[in-house]
Amino acid sequence: MTSTIAVVGASLAGLSAARALREQGHDGRIVVIGDEVHAPYDRPPLSKEFLAGTTTVDDIALGSPEDDALDLEWRLGTRAVGLERLSRSVQLADGSEVRADGVVLATGARARRLPGSDGLSGVHVLRTLDDAVALRADLAVAERLVVIGAGFIGAEVASTARQLGLDVTVVETQPVPLAGPLGGELGAVCAELHADHGTRLLTGTGVAGLIGTERVEAVQLTDGTRLPADVVVVGIGALPNVEWLAHSGVALGNGVLTDEGCATNVPGVVAVGDCAAAWSVPAGRNVRIEHWTHALEQPATAAATLLGGAPPVACPVPYFWSDQYGARIQFAGSRREGDVPRVVEGDVAERSFLAVYERDGAPVAVLGMNQPRLFTRWRRQLRPAVPAS
Amino acid sequence: MITVCPTSSLPPGEAIRVPAEEPIAVFNVDGEFFAIDDTCTHQDASLADGWLEGATIECPLHASCFDLRTGKPSGPPAKVAVRTHRVVVADGMVHVQVSAAAEGAA
Repeated sequence: MTSTIAVVGASLAGLSAARALREQGHDGRIVVIGDEVHAPYDRPPLSKEFLAGTTTVDDIALGSPEDDALDLEWRLGTRAVGLERLSRSVQLADGSEVRADGVVLATGARARRLPGSDGLSGVHVLRTLDDAVALRADLAVAERLVVIGAGFIGAEVASTARQLGLDVTVVETQPVPLAGPLGGELGAVCAELHADHGTRLLTGTGVAGLIGTERVEAVQLTDGTRLPADVVVVGIGALPNVEWLAHSGVALGNGVLTDEGCATNVPGVVAVGDCAAAWSVPAGRNVRIEHWTHALEQPATAAATLLGGAPPVACPVPYFWSDQYGARIQFAGSRREGDVPRVVEGDVAERSFLAVYERDGAPVAVLGMNQPRLFTRWRRQLRPAVPAS
Repeated sequence: MITVCPTSSLPPGEAIRVPAEEPIAVFNVDGEFFAIDDTCTHQDASLADGWLEGATIECPLHASCFDLRTGKPSGPPAKVAVRTHRVVVADGMVHVQVSAAAEGAA
């Protein structure tokens, strides 16, 4: 019997799922559906080297010559608009459908937009290759950039724009940037990179609105400040692309709800990557993770679930990085409120340090700035013990 | 031929960076030695600082994986192979014969 598996989503998670399905022995059809016209590409460089113009579209392609042997059927530039659960057929925007025996949901997330910013030119979000191309063109002729949101995307765009010679202001609603992922103490340390490199950082202030008729002219803050801007980048998080599943019967929450093995409540349908909220035993709830490494690694588990094979043994430690202003920031582990960070090497003032977060005296997470060797050693130590068989 | 170090100072699971015009990383995988170009082909990072798992090295920065036996990338984002170099162990010392090939030679 030749069975068909539809992979909905053609970015890192979708491509990784297709690769994992072949690696685990699926020899039937694999149809990969993507709403973007582009073949899979790597998103992290979009806010950095690609935005700076030092890497090209070819450089950031995720595909490799070995992928030809995967024999994938590509349906790019075609958005999925619905899933019929009984026949497991994926309905596409062009009116066609892909009937499948198994479905991998990997539709990712999209950038959250600022309400009221529609139709105003000069206002950007950054998620896709097309977003990056448009932003790059605008930055090339701009002098003043205002970035709304001092998260990782916002900080990286600010860094790249400074490198391009723009005057940059970053506005953050929270009193301390990155306090969510890194905690207040070390979030503040990372945020100091802005001042080090001549970027103004305004914290604890909201955005009241954007000024301009056809093109943005300024950002109005809730404290009354008006920041003149030629270009505005909105970096205020991402939303999972799950609306298309609203009538499918697939259980949804903050993302597609799955068990630990990526299985949804619908037999033969699994979900991976940024669109999926998998059950986490340590957290005791469903958790949606947007890390690049997660989108790379999680599909192996989903493929095993779909094919009925044994799931991969080791559960990887969550890991992400951010490159800004020449600094390499790396984080691994699972931090929560109350964990105490301790600098074990280097000096935060030198912008070169390694900090370990402890809970009840045991390390649970690690943050490095410009310490890749030491960071990697700590990351290894955080790896959960392989369960005894 | 570059003399790297005594075998005793490169125990299993460890790596050493050899300064050269093109720096080289030498790894001990369960007693077997491998040498590749130290600089990741994706971005400037020292592979000797990476995560060694079997005969695969993961770049310490962006998680690209390379097969130490072939130099080929086995995980994104890297797409270009690193050069591999022949390792010779003699009289308790690790030596590397630097490859001349431009890229990806086995």
